[in-house]
Amino acid sequence: MSLRSPLGRVLGLGSARGGASHWYAQRVTAVALALLGLWFVVSLASLHGTSLEAVTTWLHSPVSSALAVLFVGVAAYHAYLGLQVVVEDYVSSKGRRLAVLVAIQFALVVAALVGVLSVLRIAFGVEA
Amino acid sequence: MAQPERPLSPFMHYRWQYTNTLSILHRITGVVLAACFFLLVYWLAAAAAGPDSYSGALRCLGSLPTQLVLFGGLLAFCYHLLNGVRHLFFDFGHGFELTTARRSGRAVAIGAVILALVGWVALVRHLGGGV
Repeated sequence: MSLRSPLGRVLGLGSARGGASHWYAQRVTAVALALLGLWFVVSLASLHGTSLEAVTTWLHSPVSSALAVLFVGVAAYHAYLGLQVVVEDYVSSKGRRLAVLVAIQFALVVAALVGVLSVLRIAFGVEA
Repeated sequence: MAQPERPLSPFMHYRWQYTNTLSILHRITGVVLAACFFLLVYWLAAAAAGPDSYSGALRCLGSLPTQLVLFGGLLAFCYHLLNGVRHLFFDFGHGFELTTARRSGRAVAIGAVILALVGWVALVRHLGGGV
């Protein structure tokens, strides 16, 4: 989504790259995470103990597993957008900045995949 | 050798106000939460891997150092959530007046501590020890 006004585009104002869409994506994921994060903490607090059975019962519900998958995915994306801004602000060397950003991307994508597959494995009741 | 007067970066000579600290705390808590994301994935993966690895993960997550980290994570979560909502109001152009910004900042800081303490007590009481 573009937030640039037609006049701004004609005059060539604003970010030369994807600044506006980054800003927008960060806010949209923030709103989603505020809701999903609250849901997650409340769900944890209403689990029947910390046993594996309690977690399995919780994630067997399609609504819970769907929200958990969303939570993991959106959290990873929002984390990347935020960490990217921090790295761009404090790492001045272009090469090192790229290396750090790619490393963060790899780590977050792997973690998000492991998280999503774990939720699905519990949700579908695959025996370990 | 006398150094000529050079202009300084704004952050080196702006007067400190506690709203500066609130702003940098939003970043710091964000980085903390990104680290906590890996703990969440560890917990989920252990649960998916079966009873043995899950009980091992619970032992690790229930140990005192990790519990301190988890409480820090909850505090960071509460702060980042409340201050994030405050920033969304800023994004829509509300709350920029100095007194309002200071008051909302104070409310966010105090609210985060209270919310984290209440949440922690609720979690520990309900889950009986380790989260």
